[in-house]
Amino acid sequence: MATTEVERRRGQLAALSIAAVVIIVGVPLWWRTTETYRAWLPVSQINELAKLQLQLSADVEVVFARGTVTPEQQKKVPLTQTQDEERPIDEDTALRYRYETRYRTATIMEEDALNQATAAEADLSLHTLSESPCGSVVVYVIPESSSLLSEDVNVYIGQRRTALMRIGPQMRVGKTIEQLLAHLEPRIKQVLQVMSFSHTDITVALSDRVRFSPDSKDTIADSMRAFKSSPGYEITFSLLNPDPKSHRLHWDIEGAVQTYIQPLLTKLSPVANFSIDSQTLYYAMLGVNPRFDTSRNAFTLNADSLAHVINPVEARLGSNAASSNPVLNFLLYVPDAHHSPLYIQDRKKQEVPSNAFHSPRWGGIMVYNVNGFYGSEPEFPVDVNINMAKVMGVFLAQLRLLLGVQSSTPPPGFLLAPCGSTGLADWELDRLMWSRSVENVATATTTITSLAQLLDQIGNIVINDNIAQQVSSAVTSLQLAVAELEAGNLGFALQFSKEAILASEKAFFDPSLLHLLYFPDDQKFAIYIPLFLPMCVPILLSLLKIVSEARQRRREKQAKKD
Amino acid sequence: MKTHVLFNLFAAFLLADSLNIEDSAGQFFSSGHTNNWAVLVCTSRFWFNYRHVANTLSVYRSVKRLGIPDRAAIENDDKFVFQVTVENFLRVLTGRLPPSTPRSKRLLSDDRSNILIYLTGHGGNGFLKFQDSEEISNVELADAFEQMWQKRRYNELLFIIDTCQGASMYERFYSPNLMALASSQVGEDSLSHQPDLAIGVHLMDRYTFYLLEFLEDIHPASKANMNDLFKVCPKSQCVSTPGHRTDLFLRDPGSVLITDFFGSVRKVEITTDAINLSDPIKELEENSVNGEVQKETYSYVDQLPVSEIIHQKPKQKDWHPPDGFILGLWTLILLVFFKTYGVKHLKHIF
Repeated sequence: MATTEVERRRGQLAALSIAAVVIIVGVPLWWRTTETYRAWLPVSQINELAKLQLQLSADVEVVFARGTVTPEQQKKVPLTQTQDEERPIDEDTALRYRYETRYRTATIMEEDALNQATAAEADLSLHTLSESPCGSVVVYVIPESSSLLSEDVNVYIGQRRTALMRIGPQMRVGKTIEQLLAHLEPRIKQVLQVMSFSHTDITVALSDRVRFSPDSKDTIADSMRAFKSSPGYEITFSLLNPDPKSHRLHWDIEGAVQTYIQPLLTKLSPVANFSIDSQTLYYAMLGVNPRFDTSRNAFTLNADSLAHVINPVEARLGSNAASSNPVLNFLLYVPDAHHSPLYIQDRKKQEVPSNAFHSPRWGGIMVYNVNGFYGSEPEFPVDVNINMAKVMGVFLAQLRLLLGVQSSTPPPGFLLAPCGSTGLADWELDRLMWSRSVENVATATTTITSLAQLLDQIGNIVINDNIAQQVSSAVTSLQLAVAELEAGNLGFALQFSKEAILASEKAFFDPSLLHLLYFPDDQKFAIYIPLFLPMCVPILLSLLKIVSEARQRRREKQAKKD
Repeated sequence: MKTHVLFNLFAAFLLADSLNIEDSAGQFFSSGHTNNWAVLVCTSRFWFNYRHVANTLSVYRSVKRLGIPDRAAIENDDKFVFQVTVENFLRVLTGRLPPSTPRSKRLLSDDRSNILIYLTGHGGNGFLKFQDSEEISNVELADAFEQMWQKRRYNELLFIIDTCQGASMYERFYSPNLMALASSQVGEDSLSHQPDLAIGVHLMDRYTFYLLEFLEDIHPASKANMNDLFKVCPKSQCVSTPGHRTDLFLRDPGSVLITDFFGSVRKVEITTDAINLSDPIKELEENSVNGEVQKETYSYVDQLPVSEIIHQKPKQKDWHPPDGFILGLWTLILLVFFKTYGVKHLKHIF
């Protein structure tokens, strides 16, 4: 009987030890070997970035020319003021605009500059005196009697970062410095809305984070027209010659690009990289039949048929297969001899002076009529030298629109200087940089937070080290970009925001993040049951047997006692 | 993290401005999109699934006719070198392609793109079969669309599926601005239209046949809307009950034009300003080294690198233990146990 006892004991010990090995060694081993590798992500910092608190700081310098301040007021100047404007957008996004305004009186040299004949000349000489840093605005307050500005113009905005503002009549201004400042403040704010950032622009830039309800048609059209922020763009100039038998076209595209377009792109280089191609397409037709208008003795294309022009042509345009940067196409169409001249009409049946149209987020098309070059006895093919200055003038205007440089109509009483030879005023560049920085920051934060959320939700995705590194660098760049925006360093802020975007896009679109998205529960059971059930059943049953035997023995002991 | 759901009020502006033909900006508000994409997928292989390929090509024809240019991605197992697998399909949708993928094989949509996705093949309740060897589940598809939404890769998306129990594929969608149509409800089969006695297979599926018939009447300036599309192929013609889902869609389906998804009508604006340029063109300097202009010689990249294909290493598959391994292992353990302790010890276990 002792042997059965010993055997039983041994049996129980065997069962218990097997169970112990399974639980203590087996389960952790299985857990570790079926774990997916997930590198550490800075989740807490990402969650902090999810609540975006942006502060945009602009430096404003207000210079009083002679005759605008009384001697008493002059004693209080120079003086600095800081103004904050809080604009909460929604529960996760809040904006604060900070304006640091410095007031001072004009120097002798500035007074001389302001004594020029016209505002444009004054603007030019003021710039020779000092260079304002990126993101700042200088407003020169000139007396009401000044002849620089014409009667109906109150503010002249120059090509760089200066504005000339006419002060109101003395009665309205008041005696003390406080009254003067109070009088000037709303008008300076108006200037800043045009030259620096406006709330509408910034909310449009934030549209990746926040779907907003716009309050004006122009804002919607503007936001739909301009390309989204991208690290690079490709520009393609195409010459379409449907009738090579009649026209032999010569265009100096290289020279034209170098002279007219390249300065603009060089100026825009902090914002994005541009690459330019050009091509000539023969026998490329428009795809719509123009109507002959007897009153004008010309062919016309009305505004409604323009929409159908682009698609048939687009297939032949081609693009750079290597990059996925957005492409801007500019087409110069020379109508064939049988359909010359060809004019574009707007909705009011008026002729369009530029004879060109553009499509949002795509590019522009210009129609160039050459029947003027025929001469008295045309001998086909006719040699035509295209006037590149005229063509590039139109393309440059379209390029500005498509890149989002053009601002909405200025308030009444404002006169904007025509943009210089580069095609871009400094303050327009600043505006673009503000909105691009904000857009980049908004997009990068959304990308990073949604990536973090995605990786959290789907436990089966492997997070490689390179992804974790990209995410960390994106987070660092974002924090730096927000800090630089707060400090008012626009150039650095844009640079950091671009780095943040690149890193976050790289992390989000990494090809390795597609593995094993979803395992339905029934499939999981189907895999594990044949592995574990045969092992667990004997163990469980033997444990149960041990327990029931122990209980029986206790009952016997109880019975024996009694 | 909460998803921001502040919706813009395009619809309000649409009603106010669609009557105003003078305003050139009015054209923008009709849909809020500036470009169109279409992804047409035929997931079947084999000759007897001829009708699925025919379905896809007929939708391709309609889409091309209405203007969507050829850069739209199409996946069909015999048209492109691009293998049609679940992984590649999801990669194209979510954009997670390797950097070497050329432009023409990417879905380069943005937040102003309207996308049409058409799937056809064999399906079941909650899944769609790909290439006879894998499946995509409705949850995966819904997650892929959510990732597209997070990255703002579409403005509005129309999802059409012609398979058996197609409605199950759109049950799990949860991202905004999705509209879905299916050829049959859960538990129903999608039937094919007519057999061709000459080639011995069915030519087309019913739903797509009537869809194509409907689309033939649409031209680029047509004003037909989605409610008309929902009426395509009623039970009397299709035998199955087509279903649709619009609860996630912002706009009222009656205001959504067919051409918003099937066509590609570009928005245009007249260029009113031009910049006055007066500088003459700079003369480019001639680069004369040794009196000769250096010309780069270009050559075509090897289109079919035969030597690489022949000597290609086989794709590394994950290692699996051989079949029957687990079963054999357990048998071995049990045999050893009972050999050591004898069969009588069975009673200690059971």
